[in-house]
Amino acid sequence: MEIKVMGPGCPKCAEAEKIVKDAVAKAGIAATVEKITDFQEMAKYGVLSTPAVVIDGEIKCVGRVPTANDLAGWLK
Amino acid sequence: MVEINNCCTVSPDKPLAPKTEVPQRPNRLKNIMIGLGGLVVWFVAYKQLLPFSKYFTFEILGLSSASHLGQAIQFFVYDTPKVMMLLTLVVFGVGIIRTFFTPERTRKILAGKRESVGNVFAALLGIVTPFCSCSAVPLFIGFVTAGVPLGVTFSFLISAPMVNEIALVLLYGLLGWKIAALYLVTGLLVAIVAGWTIGRLGMENHIEDWVREMRTNVDDVPDECHSWRERVQMGLAAVKDIVGKVWIYVVAGIGVGAAIHGYVPEGFMVSIMGKGAWWSVPAAVLVGIPMYSNAAGIVPVIHALLEKGAALGTVLAFMMSVIALSLPETVILRKVLKPRLIATFVGVVGCGILLVGYLFNLLI
Repeated sequence: MEIKVMGPGCPKCAEAEKIVKDAVAKAGIAATVEKITDFQEMAKYGVLSTPAVVIDGEIKCVGRVPTANDLAGWLK
Repeated sequence: MVEINNCCTVSPDKPLAPKTEVPQRPNRLKNIMIGLGGLVVWFVAYKQLLPFSKYFTFEILGLSSASHLGQAIQFFVYDTPKVMMLLTLVVFGVGIIRTFFTPERTRKILAGKRESVGNVFAALLGIVTPFCSCSAVPLFIGFVTAGVPLGVTFSFLISAPMVNEIALVLLYGLLGWKIAALYLVTGLLVAIVAGWTIGRLGMENHIEDWVREMRTNVDDVPDECHSWRERVQMGLAAVKDIVGKVWIYVVAGIGVGAAIHGYVPEGFMVSIMGKGAWWSVPAAVLVGIPMYSNAAGIVPVIHALLEKGAALGTVLAFMMSVIALSLPETVILRKVLKPRLIATFVGVVGCGILLVGYLFNLLI
């Protein structure tokens, strides 16, 4: 599983990254978590507002920090 | 793996009440009643704030209503809960409204609009669309590449940070509804006119090349769908997030305001920021650009300046400049805009703010 957390580096984006990493560790699955700060890369996915989470190329949420419950659902 | 799911299911950190979980229908009425009841309690408590602050200061503490200390304390005891209560209510309401206006949806609305109408829509949508300044660049790219005209995009980018619920609540709470309304209307006008002007200048080729070569589809990002329960929870989350962040500025600002209210002589600011000093408006705009603050930090300062004789136009110009033109934001925008377009942006918005300042100094 390939997870991308997108955000230029504001506190909320850091929070999103942490929640994603925690959830991956908790779920105990093999997944790469990558933080994307490059705007060009974000634009390729069509992400308008940050933080955004993309899992295996699919946008899961934009413009807010996902909750631990969200992630539990996405990582299933 | 998760199958395709258009809803980003919002799961609350803490559910409203465990009881509201399963049967939806009968509980809806109950929830509405709880909401209305809460509103009534809020209103009754709000009405008690002024008498309470007087009773507390002059009866319990026994201070004289004519003394500096008494005035300062009564001011603080009245204004702090007043502003916090207003802030909580409005942030909650706006938090719910915002669940209907995501940046993605706003883009869809704007993509089909003609310029002039588009500028008006963009400025208005800027009020209700959730926006954090670190999203300015992805948002810019997303708008422009999906066919939103450049000037319309700028109207949005100017209005979104400048005209927001926190600024309006604080202005209303500390300075009254007239000044809040004035700020709302002139802020929107600056966003509309400045965006329209930038659109007229035809500077599309001053956007960085890689952005211009890109095309995105407005349907790329799926809409999130929410139940009312989720919307209310998102409203509560907004209160927790925003009020939790802003309260310290409010208390500190009102504290400073209270000290000035009680101790600094009337008319202290007249010579520096009064109507007589013509240069004070451009000076206020220039000083405001490198300063970066949010509305919560700046309104209490404004309040203090006005009270001691600064002219309204000068003060509004200062506030708009601090919030709308920030150095960090222009530095970030450099990633997608060539220097000439950035300079034009700062110049046009600065001139708009300047006009607002002079106009109000002239009229009021």
